[in-house]
Amino acid sequence: MEKGRNYTLHIWRQPSAKVKGKFKTYKVENISPGSSFLEMLDILNNELEQKGEDPVHFDHDCREGICGTCSLFINGRPHGPEKEITACQLHMRSFPDGMDITIEPWRASAFPVIKDLVVDRSAFDRIMQAGGYVSIRTGGVPDANAIPIPKENADLAMDAAQCIGCGACVAACKNASAMLFVSAKISQLSLLPQGDVERSKRAKAMIKQMDDEGFGACTNTGACEAECPKGISLSNIARMNREFMRSAVVD
Amino acid sequence: MKLDSKIPEGPLAEKWSKHKFSLKLVNPANKRKYDIIVVGTGLAGASAAASFGELGYNVKAFCYQDSPRRAHSIAAQGGINAAKNYQNDGDSIYRLFYDTIKGGDYRAREANVYRLAEVSNNIIDQCVAQGVPFAREYGGLLDNRSFGGAQVSRTFYARGQTGQQLLLGAYSALSRQIHNGKVQMFPRTEMLDLVMVDGEAKGIITRNLVTGEIERHSAHAVVLATGGYGNVFFLSTNAMGCNTTAAWRAHKKGALFGNPCFTQIHPTCIPVHGDQQSKLTLMSESLRNDGRVWVPKTVEMAEKVRKGEVLPNDIAEEDRDYYLERIYPSFGNLVPRDVASRNAKNVCDEGRGVGETGLAVYLDFRDAIKRDGEDTIRAKYGNLFQMYEKITADNPYKVPMMIYPAVHYTMGGLWVDYNLMTTIPGLYALGECNFSDHGANRLGASALMQGLADGYFVIPYTIGDYLATKPYDKVSTDHEAFEKAEKELRERINKLLSIKGNKTVDQFHKELGKIMWDKCGMSRSEKGLKEAKEEISKLREEYWQNVNVLGSNDEMNMSLEKALRVADFMELGELMVDDALDREESCGGHFREESQTEEGEAKRNDEEYTYVSAWEYKGEGKPEELHKEELIFENVKLTQRSYK
Ligand SMILES: Cc1cc2nc3c(=O)[nH]c(=O)nc-3n(C[C@H](O)[C@H](O)[C@H](O)COP(=O)(O)OP(=O)(O)OC[C@H]3O[C@@H](n4cnc5c(N)ncnc54)[C@H](O)[C@@H]3O)c2cc1C
Ligand code: FES
Repeated sequence: MEKGRNYTLHIWRQPSAKVKGKFKTYKVENISPGSSFLEMLDILNNELEQKGEDPVHFDHDCREGICGTCSLFINGRPHGPEKEITACQLHMRSFPDGMDITIEPWRASAFPVIKDLVVDRSAFDRIMQAGGYVSIRTGGVPDANAIPIPKENADLAMDAAQCIGCGACVAACKNASAMLFVSAKISQLSLLPQGDVERSKRAKAMIKQMDDEGFGACTNTGACEAECPKGISLSNIARMNREFMRSAVVD
Repeated sequence: MKLDSKIPEGPLAEKWSKHKFSLKLVNPANKRKYDIIVVGTGLAGASAAASFGELGYNVKAFCYQDSPRRAHSIAAQGGINAAKNYQNDGDSIYRLFYDTIKGGDYRAREANVYRLAEVSNNIIDQCVAQGVPFAREYGGLLDNRSFGGAQVSRTFYARGQTGQQLLLGAYSALSRQIHNGKVQMFPRTEMLDLVMVDGEAKGIITRNLVTGEIERHSAHAVVLATGGYGNVFFLSTNAMGCNTTAAWRAHKKGALFGNPCFTQIHPTCIPVHGDQQSKLTLMSESLRNDGRVWVPKTVEMAEKVRKGEVLPNDIAEEDRDYYLERIYPSFGNLVPRDVASRNAKNVCDEGRGVGETGLAVYLDFRDAIKRDGEDTIRAKYGNLFQMYEKITADNPYKVPMMIYPAVHYTMGGLWVDYNLMTTIPGLYALGECNFSDHGANRLGASALMQGLADGYFVIPYTIGDYLATKPYDKVSTDHEAFEKAEKELRERINKLLSIKGNKTVDQFHKELGKIMWDKCGMSRSEKGLKEAKEEISKLREEYWQNVNVLGSNDEMNMSLEKALRVADFMELGELMVDDALDREESCGGHFREESQTEEGEAKRNDEEYTYVSAWEYKGEGKPEELHKEELIFENVKLTQRSYK
């Protein structure tokens, strides 16, 4: 077994949305390099609870990089130092022994803090509700092979559909823009014949909702793409802009 | 209590059509006079809630995550089955039905399973229409693969993220209904009790996980789609929040629990690395299509490997034991999950396991890479290999993967009849949370199918049959039944918060998990089970005296959330042990050491155990009562499963 490692953690603590938060420093010891980042936080929390201190609240569920629940800003980067990975997939072997680690919540006015590292991302759901779907009902649809779809389009749609809705793009962006998130869904559906019918309406409705939620504008810095754990490409934003232009023309 | 499965009369292939015709309907204009509560918005719950909304019912939907898009269905990798026969390789509804019944080791209902196979094709149509980007061939049509040992290619998939794409499809349909005002969504809200009025389900009590507020919700019917209870084992491939609370609370209010001991242990998971671990990761079983499973032939060699003196790649062909290929020459590495898992345990018990802990076997792609080239293998499994490397820091293109079985799925769940109604009128259970279709063992790619079948194509029909006979008036949330349920919940919460003991919830959960894994896991014996029963009951007693839950109810309090869930896991754990004790046969995922053939294979006992066990809660401290639903097979002949 590899030797355990020690870390100094600086963690954002905020009891509730109404109270001001601040950083608190903790030490954790003898962490196995094979432990995940969140297991390291579990260990910290177990110790805090044993000492009668309120455990650090953070969002997490699947712990395998797919549900999009975890949302930690680690040493200045959403989901931490590694590329195309979520915080729950990070392992402590990426953090040298003795390191200082700063952990903050996503910072964006559209994602208010609920407690400690937990934020409210319901704005994303409302954007989806505004138009992130094909308006069909259950039953009465054609056979799945009735409409052939070129493999390239299906693959591109899948590339975009991989978005896990974690919000790292917003957290990474200095304008707190949600363009990458919104464009991924708009792209996916506009690339497929099933989504084609409503493409104009969809783009307009989702973009309007995005603006209403208070997300910032896109100034093409590309930080979102660089930090996206699923590698969602900036080309989706270009495609969304085309869709938006097109919807203006169609009107 | 008499169990009535309500299986329709008539030939197997006509049962569902006939039944649909005989179900009572609610007239379109009257649907808006009925309210339905849907707890859980995974595949089963989201598809049901969206479909109800489209039909015109008023729906309230609940989930504990911050968004319905994050239910654990999202984590399913491999794919979803359907009997489309697009590959022209001899598949049919009957074959899918037959494989599922056989795969479940003849412990599921024929009629339910046939219906599942029948509606499977509609699911694929539905998902494609929603814009689910399934994998396609160059001609533009859908691609399929063979999965989990099936002899035909009937599995539809979206890279290694099928569950994600299906869930996002269902979530999009749900979002549309939320937008239309037909579904009211309550994320970060946990159901903590069921409310019954005059013996029927009329509402639920929830806790708002942000504010701690306890809330009452009343409706004409309640649908539970709250997923599986694999986390009773502490370590599993389930998400951290997966729990049994909703189902267990319903059980304590009178819903019978079916086959609680039927658990699926998945053979291809990343081995446990040490005692700091809190979650296990599944590697898709599709890997077994190309990977070869082996361990060193001798204990001595295995020891050297464990110490790092010999590397796996340096072990000569004749010193390797490809044990699945050796024991099961016709299925080889593709034997069903329970068989693969048990054999991995056996070779490790013999001392031939690898890895630091000795609790691992190799899954080796060397020969596949030699045969097909690294690019082909990358195209098929690239993301899985990458995931493996992220977790273990080993490169599976170069060194064999290490895997070990882990708890993955629970076939048991709330007992339901053909209409998916539990033994409580007005209470339904869908998806993994019911016991219905997989018998004693679930086939790969069939859980997604079942969740969506239940939600899109079964419950929208069957719920009308119940509602059509009910008055429009809704029970008021001031009713004494709500009052009482809320009061009891508050007492439970206050009790947990006031104990202020010496152990954290996680410590108890880990202890429970260890008992369950050691004694009610891959292999079970009368002796072990009896010990487990005693240990759990002691642990439970200690829990209520010595657990430490900090904070208050009036805030976001994740320790309290966990504490409530673990309390229910303890009770369920005991019932699982009771059920495992009762079933003195080996079938599917349930292996009783007393019931094996001379070669050590599972031995089923159809004479005595061709039944579903359905357990009835009889009150605090009293043993539960077992009811048996005899399983009648009119279409398939019961045979011993053999994969040799
Ligand atoms: C890692 C992994 C891989 C898998 N791969 C496959 C595969 O390839 N193919 C396949 O067919 N199956 C697969 N399965 C199994 C399959 O994914 C699940 O059985 C299925 O998705 C369960 O769906 P569900 O809707 O029943 O439950 P879930 O998706 O688990 O949803 C449960 C819902 O209930 C809610 N909930 C739970 N408790 C409460 C409560 N008390 N109050 C309020 N809400 C609550 C949750 O918030 C959630 O919304 C896999 C499972 C795992 C774990
Ligand atoms: S916890 Fe699911 S993506 Fe991290």
